Amino acid sequence: MAKKDVILELINVNKKYEDSYAVENFNLYVNKGEFITFLGPSGCGKTTTLRMIAGFEKPTSGQILLNGKDIGSLPPYKRPLNTVFQRYALFPHLDVYDNIAFGLKFKKVAYEVTKKDGTKVTKYRKFTREEVDAKVTKALKIVDLEAFESRDVSTLSGGQQQRVAIARAIVNEPEILLLDEPLGALDLKMRKEMQLELKEMHRKLGITFIYVTHDQEEALTMSDMIVVMEDGQIQQIGTPLDIYNEPKNAFVADFIGESNIYVGTMIGNKKVRFLGTTWECIDDFPVNQKVDVVVRPEDVIIKPLGEGAVKAKIVNKIFKGIHYQFTAMVGNNEVLIQTTADHEVNTEVSLSIEPDLIQIMNRAYDANIYQDAYINKNNKVVFAGATWDCDITQLVNGSSVDEKGYFSTPDGKKYDLTDLDVIATIDMKDIEISDDLEDGNITGQIIQMVWKGDHYQVIVRTEEEEDFVVDTEWTWNELDTVSVKIPESKIKLTLKEDISKYEI
Amino acid sequence: MKFRRKYLSIPYVLFLVCFVVIPVLFIVYYAFTNKGGQLSIDNLIRFFSDKTNVDVLLISFAYAIINTFICLLIGYPLAMVLANRKYNKSSVLVMLFIMPMWINFIIRTSATRDVLNWIGISTGAHSELTTIIGLVYNYLPFVVLPLYTTMLKMDRSQIEASLDLGANPFHTFFKTIIPMTMPGIVSAATMVFMPTLSSYVISDILSEYNVVLFGSYIDLYFNQADWNFGSFMALIMLLLIGLSVFITRKFSKDDRGGRSIW
Repeated sequence: MAKKDVILELINVNKKYEDSYAVENFNLYVNKGEFITFLGPSGCGKTTTLRMIAGFEKPTSGQILLNGKDIGSLPPYKRPLNTVFQRYALFPHLDVYDNIAFGLKFKKVAYEVTKKDGTKVTKYRKFTREEVDAKVTKALKIVDLEAFESRDVSTLSGGQQQRVAIARAIVNEPEILLLDEPLGALDLKMRKEMQLELKEMHRKLGITFIYVTHDQEEALTMSDMIVVMEDGQIQQIGTPLDIYNEPKNAFVADFIGESNIYVGTMIGNKKVRFLGTTWECIDDFPVNQKVDVVVRPEDVIIKPLGEGAVKAKIVNKIFKGIHYQFTAMVGNNEVLIQTTADHEVNTEVSLSIEPDLIQIMNRAYDANIYQDAYINKNNKVVFAGATWDCDITQLVNGSSVDEKGYFSTPDGKKYDLTDLDVIATIDMKDIEISDDLEDGNITGQIIQMVWKGDHYQVIVRTEEEEDFVVDTEWTWNELDTVSVKIPESKIKLTLKEDISKYEI
Repeated sequence: MKFRRKYLSIPYVLFLVCFVVIPVLFIVYYAFTNKGGQLSIDNLIRFFSDKTNVDVLLISFAYAIINTFICLLIGYPLAMVLANRKYNKSSVLVMLFIMPMWINFIIRTSATRDVLNWIGISTGAHSELTTIIGLVYNYLPFVVLPLYTTMLKMDRSQIEASLDLGANPFHTFFKTIIPMTMPGIVSAATMVFMPTLSSYVISDILSEYNVVLFGSYIDLYFNQADWNFGSFMALIMLLLIGLSVFITRKFSKDDRGGRSIW
């Protein structure tokens, strides 16, 4: 996006709780008047980022600039920003009018007085009763609650309370309005209505909105710009159209809308192989590189047998109102297809995809690599918070371990490998996960799961915040606790430091 | 006969009649009769003609007000800390403040006297101070508990909303936190104010009988078998307590439509 009239800028913002990062290396600028949305699953750091902008949390490091001035150390009441809270946070002891007028009572307005000697001085005064009255009435009109002034807030419905919360924030004419999942507590119909109304309010008021949500549809509907976050990091920044059509990685593709994600290999200049055939594409990646391929269900075209690029069999059909959703099998791979044309289940068809609708992206994970592995005094390898009994003779060709536990190389030298740093590499398909927690070497929680046509790519995070990326054909649930089992013969070890230091 | 739910209240109604209604009627009867048993307003005249009686009443009020004020002053911030998850990770701290209530109150008060004398605040020489210390110590849990429960109900985001809308911490405290915890403050104040008026054991033990509160004054007359005058004073206290309940009820209406425990 273009840097035009920047109102807010976040530079290298980090937020660390104890020893894990809630927000990591956050860089963003927001143009004046934009509707920007932080989108991500719960726990991705989107609310923490919003709270740092509002001033409720202090960044561990980094800068937050408002109109070029660092506001990182300003308390919330000195920031010209207002927040609409998730659960409204209205004041129960005040009626609707007083709730909205609350902020105005602390506002100071500058005015000029001419002294007797003719010099002008700026003085500050509070809003008069009439001014407050006019502003509150206007705010109530914007949120469509004109006759509610003297109502007790506890007598209002959820939607009405939300409107009061919005009025209470916008009456202060903030430079930026921060909205923390403001529609989360409303029912679906009400939510849809409020989405449009909020969008309309944004257009009328002309102030910058920063909106936090986990609902991708809400983000696509309302935003000028979306920031997709996962695990404290920005995955992609772009317009709703960019994010949908050009997802940067498999996570974004999976999170925004529905997608088919496959593991592919580049086999030539702008030629990629997946679903057992070769496809023309428009992205240029080095030959032989493994890539993630994303195809939207509506971009797959069903053709009569023989006319498309690959043969498929339709195995499932769901009527979705405007379109049908088909599941077709290409070998072992599932393909999700959305089209308005009807086809029968169990028919054989041919599928084709236009080259510019095949999105190719770098694989987020290739293999599990542990850079901080080391050997302990029992000649076992320690990494990811567990001890692994793997073959350490693979470090040097032809080496062996004697009965005293010393490591000897073919040139006759002996080593005590205790504390030697090594790198452990495990292929994703070599790791197994199991729900029998006693089964593996270490347990963890599934934090992410992406379907890749014929298998899931699952990320298991251990208590020590180590990640294992696992390819599995079984369905798991996010937040399941599982044990990770790695056949010790599949762990590849390489030397990280000079072995000669350890000679005895 | 069909069983109706209101029959369940019969034991309670009997209890109330025997131990509340009849005794109150007795008090009224004794208050307006003389020793001979004839109707008279002698007690009324006697009470207001002797300045000492009115003074004792005023002093009791003064002690009750001071005690309530100090208890709120200490109890309010304490309850705030206890209700804050950041400082109070378990409810162990709350338990520690409630636990003195489990100890017999006479033993607790005698122990307070000995501790105060031991650290050099003589109960004989500083009777007013030691009485206040004893009252505050005894009534503090009654302040902390209702305040703590109201504060637990308060949403952290309401305080954040106040700060967000431009109120500095000072304004947030007086315009948001205090009004939102008002029901708790009112019930805490009632729970201290009214019992202090009628308490006498604490003042007797901790002031070595130098501070005479209304409660011990009534006790004095009953012990001298002057039931009529004692009853009249008890009636005055009953009316005063009734009046203060009536006043506080006006303030303590909970925003959610319910009422506080009084």
